[in-house]
Amino acid sequence: MQDQISSLRSIIEDEVGAANDLAALEAVRVATLGKKGSVSGLMKGLGGMSPDERKTMGPLLNALKGEVATLIAARKAVLEDAALDARLKTERLDITLPVLDHPSGSVHPISQVMDEIAEIFAGLGFDVAEGPDLESDFHNFTALNIPPEHPARQDHDTFYLAPDANGDRKVLRTHTSPVQIRTMMSKEPPIRIIAPGRTYRSDSDATHTPMFHQVEGLVIDKDTHLGHLKGTLEAFLKAFFEVDAVTLRLRPSYFPFTEPSMEVDVQCSFDGGMVKIGDGNDWLEILGSGMVNTKVLEACDLDPTVYQGFAFGCGIDRLAMLKYGMNDLRAFFDADLNWLRHYGFRALDLPTIAGGLSR
Amino acid sequence: MKFSLNWLKDYLETEASLEEILVKLNAIGLEVDSVTNPADALAPFTVAEVLSAEKHPDADKLKVCRVSDGSEEMQIVCGAPNARAGIKVVLGRPGDYVPGLDVTLKKAKIRGVASNGMMCSAKELELGDDHDGIIELPADAPVGLSYVEYAGADNPVIDIEITPNRQDCLGVYGIARDLAAAGLGTLKALNVPKVDGSFDSDVLVSIDLDDDHASACTQFLGRKVTGVKNGPSPQWLQDRLKEIGQRPISALVDITNYITHDLGRPLHVYDAGKLTGNLLVRMADEGETFTALDDKNYTATGEECVIADDAGIQGFGGVIGGLETACDEATTDVVLEAALFDPVRTAFTGRDHGLITDARYRFERGVDPLFIRDGMEIASQMILDLCGGEASRVFEAGADTVWDRTVPFRSERVMTLGGVDLAASESIAILEKLGFTVEGDDPYTVSVPSWRCDIVGEPDLVEEILRIHGYDNIPSVALPATNHKAGTTLSPRQKRARTTKRRLASVGMHEAVTWSFMKREQALLFGGGGDDLVVSNPISSELDCMRPSILPNLMQAAQRNKDRGANGVALFEVGPVYLDDTEKGQLLVAAGLRAGVSERHWQRPSAAVSVFDAKRDALAALEAAGAPVGNVQVFTESADHYHPGRSGSLRLGPKNILAVFGELHPKTLKAMDVDAPMVGFEVYLDRIPAKRGKSAAKSALFVSKLQSVERDFAFLMDADKPAANLIRAVKGADKDHIVGVNVFDVYAGKGVPEGQTSIAVSVSLEPKGETFSDKDIEAISTRIIAAAEKAVGAVLRA
Repeated sequence: MQDQISSLRSIIEDEVGAANDLAALEAVRVATLGKKGSVSGLMKGLGGMSPDERKTMGPLLNALKGEVATLIAARKAVLEDAALDARLKTERLDITLPVLDHPSGSVHPISQVMDEIAEIFAGLGFDVAEGPDLESDFHNFTALNIPPEHPARQDHDTFYLAPDANGDRKVLRTHTSPVQIRTMMSKEPPIRIIAPGRTYRSDSDATHTPMFHQVEGLVIDKDTHLGHLKGTLEAFLKAFFEVDAVTLRLRPSYFPFTEPSMEVDVQCSFDGGMVKIGDGNDWLEILGSGMVNTKVLEACDLDPTVYQGFAFGCGIDRLAMLKYGMNDLRAFFDADLNWLRHYGFRALDLPTIAGGLSR
Repeated sequence: MKFSLNWLKDYLETEASLEEILVKLNAIGLEVDSVTNPADALAPFTVAEVLSAEKHPDADKLKVCRVSDGSEEMQIVCGAPNARAGIKVVLGRPGDYVPGLDVTLKKAKIRGVASNGMMCSAKELELGDDHDGIIELPADAPVGLSYVEYAGADNPVIDIEITPNRQDCLGVYGIARDLAAAGLGTLKALNVPKVDGSFDSDVLVSIDLDDDHASACTQFLGRKVTGVKNGPSPQWLQDRLKEIGQRPISALVDITNYITHDLGRPLHVYDAGKLTGNLLVRMADEGETFTALDDKNYTATGEECVIADDAGIQGFGGVIGGLETACDEATTDVVLEAALFDPVRTAFTGRDHGLITDARYRFERGVDPLFIRDGMEIASQMILDLCGGEASRVFEAGADTVWDRTVPFRSERVMTLGGVDLAASESIAILEKLGFTVEGDDPYTVSVPSWRCDIVGEPDLVEEILRIHGYDNIPSVALPATNHKAGTTLSPRQKRARTTKRRLASVGMHEAVTWSFMKREQALLFGGGGDDLVVSNPISSELDCMRPSILPNLMQAAQRNKDRGANGVALFEVGPVYLDDTEKGQLLVAAGLRAGVSERHWQRPSAAVSVFDAKRDALAALEAAGAPVGNVQVFTESADHYHPGRSGSLRLGPKNILAVFGELHPKTLKAMDVDAPMVGFEVYLDRIPAKRGKSAAKSALFVSKLQSVERDFAFLMDADKPAANLIRAVKGADKDHIVGVNVFDVYAGKGVPEGQTSIAVSVSLEPKGETFSDKDIEAISTRIIAAAEKAVGAVLRA
């Protein structure tokens, strides 16, 4: 009996080894472990044996059954792997083919720079205020201490709308300063705002376009002075240009809406046609500013013996050009896809204090 | 304002270098625009002597000269008729740049004879127009000396920008005064002569202005000078005027121009022989005409203050004189005018007639009212000195200005406004150096000098003190922290704009920024072009109207890109449109445009842009802006610039139109001269309702643990009925259990009756309480089919 078992084992071993596909292997399984299989047949014989014989043969037959099952399973794994390999060989794709891009557009540098500016001033406690593009003469000029005969009006190259029935004509705001007026007339101090937006002057060359963008800053409370203005501008320019230090040159100047007034130059170098902010031997005029003129406070019904503060105004497009290296302002408004792809920003390039302001 | 260094030194005793002067000018608010020094171009040239000049062997008009510069001799071939032995000349050597010829000299052979340099004419050195011969210097000119040194040509010309408040620096004397106050030297006293007239003028003046116009001219001084000779002015005066870019005309005119720039005092001279009767200062009559010195005719509006004689207007006061009474070479008798004109009226007269003159420039900024008599004396003396003649006594009308302006001054304001901790004594010292007088105790009473009419209040004094003390000495101070809440910097509207931009960029569109104005003719196509939005003085006729829509600008931009070879253009802009000229009429809109056909790609066929692209973009923009897109209803009505059958609007309720979208109307495309296909959308960001509630927390999430079920339905319905109605009906058939309706097939054609569409939807059902039984699902299905039939007459497809 034991001889019979061992010869059966070797026969089955040969049969399993000879099964070249899963169907043949299944046939071997049925012929051995199936109900009428050879191993199952021997197992059935156990019932007719004496208890002693059964004691000897039982473990032997069970061991045989287990060995056969293991043999078949092992062979099955090999055959399956081979079958899978064969299938995979037929499934090859040329993955070097170029795929469709996920759509990726761009954000205009002006939007990006506006976001950067808002982010910096948010850290200094400023809100972002707005006003209309079509302004009254009062908000754009008179309340800012620019009466009709003032020589400063000529410097503004103002666009006018047709006069209305009363003879009043709206202007396309020549600066963002009217937002100062609107803010002071509608809000109690303390005030800290910036006001970015579109502005208009009748001018056109490589650095002037009939529409451009400015950002206005205004701080009104009881004790803000010129030192705070200087500190604020330094903090802003340092953060914006992402440099460790900026050197400012303040020059006395004149704006009807500020007194004292100053123009601010930033130290820079012009090496190889690129502007580098922060050091160098040149100065770049970057913004105008000063302490809000008492007449402007009065025009907004704020008591100039109680309140004071500073204001500044700065060209956003110019800031963008200096930081990101464009040299023709007109291209900003041409919507040329090559330009937008080159100078624009990815949707996810959101400037943050934590992640840095530029890409 | 231009002046030369030498001119400045007429009034400023200083050891300061040019560089120090420039730095100081900037520091005190007189911004240096440019500095040019004629000496820079003349630097290489030397005084030399012609030792001999022989005729060129091969050319009649050329001479071969031996020239010495003191250290060496050289041979130069020269064509000038005056080249001859013994004269002193200006020599240029090989390597030197000759500015008037724009040539760098080289060793040359001229008709076979070596020539090692050039003897220059005035024109070649840009010293004048003379090019008939070479410059002949006086016989005592030292050979070998640099020409710059010999001619004293090292005289830089400084151009500074004068802000509108600083009329006092529109004369060289005023600039010297400011620099002296800033510690850069000593101001030399102005020498004012006293001219004693020897007779009474036969020409007199009167001022005839009513009370309403009395300020137009408050004082007029005149003086007649007889027997003058009006030729060219002396060389020094011509040189001065040329330095600053003025053209010398004649001695009399040059004198008035000189004093205008020297002392900031505009004057006028009339040819007395051409005057008819007396002078009268009056308002112009409307329609009155005269010919001004610029040879142009002007018609008065009636708002001008004029100087007239019996023949009519002879000048716009403070702006320009008349041609008829202008001085010329034959002039022998003149009337000299020094008057005071109102700044505002002068400005308006100049502006109304487009006249920008040196006189207007100064009067509209306010000249020193107390300098009028000194100005008259200085000019009279200069005429007598340069033109001879005999002066009358001064005749006059009006009165001397009473100048007594004082400003109260608290010395602490230098710190509390200016941020500089400065001792009161230092502040006072600065004010006094500038010509102010300071009296009393803190608060002081500060008297303003008559040349500083811009100083009206305490902040002006603080500026003066800081300006001279140095703005660079203002310390930097950080703003104190506030209780500003994080995330409140931007308004909700600004946040909407920000996220919408980034969302549209993320779906592949490129942000453009285009003009707020456009061509009115085209604005009309987009529902705009109203009279109230027309720009009166546009920069071009293409930009003469505020835009009613962003799309036309994007359409043109897309076409430009297409013309440059781009296909599949996708642009957007978030910016203003204008419904009227009021604040509320300006809306913030996010608009986008897709044009053309997508690029061919092996993964998908190329396709033309379609209205569904625009709808998808609009929904993405709305969703980014925070609109409740789940509640948005789609209407087939849109706007006239869209294709009527391929456009629509997205609304909250029937009235609140959040967005319009669609294929652009073929007529609009044609009128805009752009190519189909183009689709676009306009999202009105202002119309999106504000987010309710302030809590950052979201409502609790409910997820059913029970198995959800999907069931498909294919409906047949009339093709002209909107699918949205079917979807809404299906959704509403069992609100408790239906959580989603997805259209997965739309078909018309073979197998579907004519005029009908097959729409297949998959409905997601979510059980509440317990799992669905077959019966439950059956019941819901029946309700869905009934609702579809009731709403749009749809029937289940067999």
